[in-house]
Amino acid sequence: MNQQFESVKEIVAEFSKSYHKTPQRLKLLDAFSICALATAVLQFVYAKLVGTFPFNAFLAGFFCCVGTFVLTLALRMKASEAGGGVAEFGGYALAMCTLFLASVNYIG
Amino acid sequence: MAGEAAALAAKKLAYGNVIAGFLLLAICVLATSVRLFSVIKYESVIHEFDPYFNYRVSRFLTEKGFTETWDFFDSFTWYPLGRVVGGTMYPGLIFTAGAIWSLLQQLNVPIHIQEVCVFTAPLFSGACALSTYLFMKEVRGQGAGLASAAIIAVVPSYISRSVAGSYDLEAVAIFALVFVFYLYVKTLNTGSLKWATALFFGYLYMVASWGGYSFIANLLPIHCLACIVFQRVSVRLYIAYAPWVVLGALAAANIPVIGFNAVLMSEHMASFFVFGLLHAALAIQYIQHMLPPRAYSAAKRLVITVGGAALALVLALVVSYVAASPTFGWTGRSLSLLDPTYASKYIPIIASVSEHQPPTWSSYFTDLHIASLLAPAGLLLCFRPLTDASLFLLLYGVTAVYFSGVMVRLMLVLAPAACCLAGLALSEVTSYLATSLAAAHQDDAAAATASAAASRRVESEAADSAAPSNTGTSKRTAKDTAASASSARKGGKAAKKSSAASGGDSWLSDTWRPLPKDVAIVGLILVFAGMGLFYKHSVFVAGEMYSAPSIVLQSKRADGGVKVFDDFREAYAWLSYNTPPEAKVASWWDYGYQTTAMANRTVIVDNNTWNNTHIATVGRAMSSPEKKAWQIFRSLDVEYVFVVFGGFIGYPSDDINKFLWMVRIGGGVFPEIKEPAYLGADGNYRVDDQAGKALLDSTMWKLSYYRFADCGPMFGAPRGYDRVRNTVIGKTDFELKYFEEVFTSEHWMMRIYRVLPQPNRDTKLRNPRRTKVTNRARIKRRAASGAPA
Repeated sequence: MNQQFESVKEIVAEFSKSYHKTPQRLKLLDAFSICALATAVLQFVYAKLVGTFPFNAFLAGFFCCVGTFVLTLALRMKASEAGGGVAEFGGYALAMCTLFLASVNYIG
Repeated sequence: MAGEAAALAAKKLAYGNVIAGFLLLAICVLATSVRLFSVIKYESVIHEFDPYFNYRVSRFLTEKGFTETWDFFDSFTWYPLGRVVGGTMYPGLIFTAGAIWSLLQQLNVPIHIQEVCVFTAPLFSGACALSTYLFMKEVRGQGAGLASAAIIAVVPSYISRSVAGSYDLEAVAIFALVFVFYLYVKTLNTGSLKWATALFFGYLYMVASWGGYSFIANLLPIHCLACIVFQRVSVRLYIAYAPWVVLGALAAANIPVIGFNAVLMSEHMASFFVFGLLHAALAIQYIQHMLPPRAYSAAKRLVITVGGAALALVLALVVSYVAASPTFGWTGRSLSLLDPTYASKYIPIIASVSEHQPPTWSSYFTDLHIASLLAPAGLLLCFRPLTDASLFLLLYGVTAVYFSGVMVRLMLVLAPAACCLAGLALSEVTSYLATSLAAAHQDDAAAATASAAASRRVESEAADSAAPSNTGTSKRTAKDTAASASSARKGGKAAKKSSAASGGDSWLSDTWRPLPKDVAIVGLILVFAGMGLFYKHSVFVAGEMYSAPSIVLQSKRADGGVKVFDDFREAYAWLSYNTPPEAKVASWWDYGYQTTAMANRTVIVDNNTWNNTHIATVGRAMSSPEKKAWQIFRSLDVEYVFVVFGGFIGYPSDDINKFLWMVRIGGGVFPEIKEPAYLGADGNYRVDDQAGKALLDSTMWKLSYYRFADCGPMFGAPRGYDRVRNTVIGKTDFELKYFEEVFTSEHWMMRIYRVLPQPNRDTKLRNPRRTKVTNRARIKRRAASGAPA
């Protein structure tokens, strides 16, 4: 058990070492997507505790956050493939606008 | 030299694109015109049953507007319950027709909404052919695209559900299906978020159009799972799949008829499950990329132990949630697709529809013709080479074949898959033959030029050495000629190989050998002959089999002319003109939509079949003796009842033939109705004197055969001869005590009765509108039926 704990610490250390080397832009996108995912989890926990009425509002909010997470992750992957340079931002903006349009329409 | 070659290639490409454009135009015109047979042969009328409901809602849309339609509550059906149309219809088709109509109105072309409805399906079939071209262009190339479009333009299975007048959901849904597939594959190939947004809009249209969207909702996860398993995970796959899951769920939830089912029903669980799997696979890839190998193997061991436990916990939660519902979370309709025997055991209404029966082998060939032969070859060709897109086409074909085996109706989902695979095979075969032919031509040309050069060389040599000695040099020139001829042949072969190398695509492997020229020519002739047979078959089937509007029937007279049976519209018009506007009309559920649309009267049950108990009540009324049926109809405020009867002219789809389904559905809810009572002593369903006792007493019998023996059918048949069942009926003479016949159409196909407010106490009191009954006939009748004197 202790050994496993040690190996976990080792893995985490290795990972953070190589994560430091990623470009600033990608780290920003990562932070944003983790934030969106955390918001989604927060909404889910709230719905579990307080109740799901109105269900459509919960779904709209939840899917909006998860959608933001997915799209930002997609942009991040394309940016990292382009070597940390500029990736296709116009498509990302269009997709985000569509996501918000769909969510706002459903939120009632 | 290189610039010239490039210019030549560009010119060839330009010509090729122009030819492709003209071909596509011709394909669209063909697709539209082959569906117009019904308008030419009959008239521009809406066919079948379900389209009448869509037509009625479209009419409402043009009268009241966009926002009112969402709030449309229909009080004309399912009396006294009504139907919330806004929340239970798939709005895509109706709003499409409404948009086309309003565009035409704004262009000052005042076409009635009925014409727009009739011609929507042919228009969208042309669009479907274009989408198929785009889809296959993404999967394999322009040639495959053109071949697939050429096949799907006339494939009979698609024609059957999209003729002019068939204003049903499939008219636009098949176009939306192929278009969504095109957008998905385009996103997969380009990996661009723009196309992912376009995929959302295409999927939104598909979800709004048809319940068959759940096929796409499960096919895309299957494809993503296959890509994960075959280690084809990439950024492009993520961009194609993951935004679709989220945006698609939002799109489906926005349509009221689906609403919360988008996340609660098991049909959509697959997409979320694979969503999680995809993230896991990508995370593993990322961590493997970031960590040194030793740390990675340690992490892998850790994750497998911890992750395994977590996965087991999640699985237990999901299983417990799903097992709590009796159908494991699937809707009844989806379960009847997965388990073909489910509907016949539990949902007799779904089992009773003729479209829901499994197809016969012959229907595969009639509906797909040459596509059913070429599609397996296309399946194999998907593997050469196996790209993400061709893997998708492969999975689409396999799943579509399974579902088409469950229900005839789903042959329609197989049709685009079969056409795409067949187009793939066709284009590969044709390009192989054509390349062989071109290579043979080039071989000949090269050999001709080389031998011309060689003979010139030989001649010059001969001329040079002509002087010294003829005999000596003649042997040498002969050898030289032979040598130069063989070198010319070798040069020709080399030229052929290089031409193949320059013009090659997938035919380029070391094992590729061109066919001899004659074989290639014969092959091409056979291919074109096969396609010609296919077109001939499709046009014949479209004209003869699938163009009949079931509201108007035709048959050939003895003198070769055509006799038209317009009984249904005659009867609906009678209802509309001769009954009070508030009157309620009862009939079997098949005719509900037509009654509300054409006769404009309130009905008890209609084709939506959402309330099984209500339908069972009507079934019980039809199966019960007259008094019981009268009480049931009076309790529902019914004033008019009608039945469809085909025994006079031989129309086989009448209510007597459907009667056993009424008994089964009624018996499913009211146990006092037992099916064996309605069958003969030998267990068969008969209408002659061996008919079941309950059948002879039932209201359906009375309403169908009332006075049928008095005005018998033609051609010397005996009295009371039913031309559909081909026997003399069991009980010919009886009186109605609780109903009054008010209308029978020209060929007795629809018979309308009024529910009397009080029973007819004196059945001896004849209806004065009837023909005069002689004393002899009266005595004979009393003796036949045993009625009290």
